[in-house]
Amino acid sequence: MRRASFHPHPATRVVIGILVGSFVLLPLLATLEFTLRDGDAHSFVHWAAIFDPAKAATYKPIWVGLTNSVMLMLVTVAVVLLLLAPTMILVNLRFPRLRRSMEFVALLPISIPAIVLVVGLTPIYLVIGHTLGTGAWTLAFAYGITVLPFAYRSIQAAIDAVNLATLAEAARSLGASWPTVVWRVLAPNLRGGLLAASLIAVAVVLGEYTIASLLNRQNLQTALVLVNRQDAYVSVIFSLLALLLCFLLLLIIGRTGNLGAARGKER
Amino acid sequence: MTAAGTEAAVIAGPVDGATPRPRARRLPRPAQLGLVPFGAYVVLFLVVPTVLAVATGFFDKAGRFTLDNLSALADPVVLDTFWNSTWLSLMTAAVGALAGALVCYALLGVPAHHPTRSVIDALAGVLAQFGGVMLAFVFIAAMGRSSLLNVWLSGMGINLYAGGNWLYELPGLIPPYIYFQIPLMVITFGPALDSLKPQWAEANLTLGGNRWTFWTRIGLPVLAPSFAASYLLLFANSFSAYATAAVLASQGSQIVPLQIRAALTSETVLGRENLAGALALGMIAVMAVVMTGYALIQRRAERWRR
Repeated sequence: MRRASFHPHPATRVVIGILVGSFVLLPLLATLEFTLRDGDAHSFVHWAAIFDPAKAATYKPIWVGLTNSVMLMLVTVAVVLLLLAPTMILVNLRFPRLRRSMEFVALLPISIPAIVLVVGLTPIYLVIGHTLGTGAWTLAFAYGITVLPFAYRSIQAAIDAVNLATLAEAARSLGASWPTVVWRVLAPNLRGGLLAASLIAVAVVLGEYTIASLLNRQNLQTALVLVNRQDAYVSVIFSLLALLLCFLLLLIIGRTGNLGAARGKER
Repeated sequence: MTAAGTEAAVIAGPVDGATPRPRARRLPRPAQLGLVPFGAYVVLFLVVPTVLAVATGFFDKAGRFTLDNLSALADPVVLDTFWNSTWLSLMTAAVGALAGALVCYALLGVPAHHPTRSVIDALAGVLAQFGGVMLAFVFIAAMGRSSLLNVWLSGMGINLYAGGNWLYELPGLIPPYIYFQIPLMVITFGPALDSLKPQWAEANLTLGGNRWTFWTRIGLPVLAPSFAASYLLLFANSFSAYATAAVLASQGSQIVPLQIRAALTSETVLGRENLAGALALGMIAVMAVVMTGYALIQRRAERWRR
């Protein structure tokens, strides 16, 4: 794009970048410095301690929480890919009149704070505890709801970018069954949106605390809060790592999205 | 500014407000059965919890209908926490909206697939949406008693904590809340700024305008609805935030989400049962007003994005 007259002066860009950038980056750098403290000097002693057998008992909740969180990610991604995505395809292909209602439902969780959802989920999870057990993985049903707005937007953007009806009709007229159409024709065309939705689900589950802590289930975040009382360093280290992982996930989503857009232009 | 925006929007004409009404078909077809699993899931984990959260406020322990819990919303202690939540959100949303808008302005003209933009978008996404507990730890490490900042400041004779351990009380929520509001503004307001068209600037120039008239007569009036909508979203965001506050203010119930925690974890708060339901109802009411406002303003703002 040509430089329009309302674009900021390069110096203005730099000044704003330094002002806001330092407010955003300095706390993160100060946190990194905190994890590197070794008495009055700095070293990686607290980072090395993560694998110290002598501290294994203290850090055990973190590994348990991390394992639970990974399992929750898998189930939540399954909810997105096997429940949300097929329903969205069905609505777009066969029930276009329901698209508005679908959007309304999918974006509803933005307006309902997690803390309010927890109040209503408590009795439901009492029932789930009796039937499916109190395993941490059951939280994934609730996480599927918190992920819904993000996942919906990613998948809908991918659906809007391709002509779903033509693809489906072409495949059908060549004799493909509906499962084949969805699995071998539609899913590959939507893979950018499906990937983005899955990665966002991973990021949401990785950072979730509210629902897990108030329903008394252990995930990474509740473990970090628990261990923080005995050893502040390790929970800060894991927080930084989790933030970094989320950042990389979103960076991948952004870059693949841009690659997709660039490919679209070439055609 | 706002008046001009309204006028321009009126000139733009009414949008098609007709919503498609799903009509019942005579016989359920197999395809309709395909909607059942997702429908059941949403009812079970979104609709029922929301209804339960609100409805429990209307019943006492024995299951009898009562308005007693609801009257708790008029209790001075509860009103106080709602006020705390409200001013905290109004204030951090204002600071976040202004600083975030500045960042969006600085990014004007940077191409969508430029690496700077990808990095800022990803960073903004993490800090705005997935920080929670981790941001509380970051601010304890960055601003707490043992932080470099505090050590340096006390070296200069400034005692950050002269007024008590404020980081773990209500004022301590302000820095981390602003910290996640700015990136959310970048995410929500960025697309609006990108929709400013170079042609408008050219028209402004040919009509004898300058940079000042572009912003006062065109840019700001066009962006005003988007800015207002983003502000409401930021307000809703901090009003409903829980994790950061739960870790920083591990004791006490200074804001509504923390009061819900107290009501959920101990049987009685203010000598009432089922207070969590009443508080949830209050929160939902505030959120409904704010998000309806957001949707209405956003619809107006979208008219410029064709």
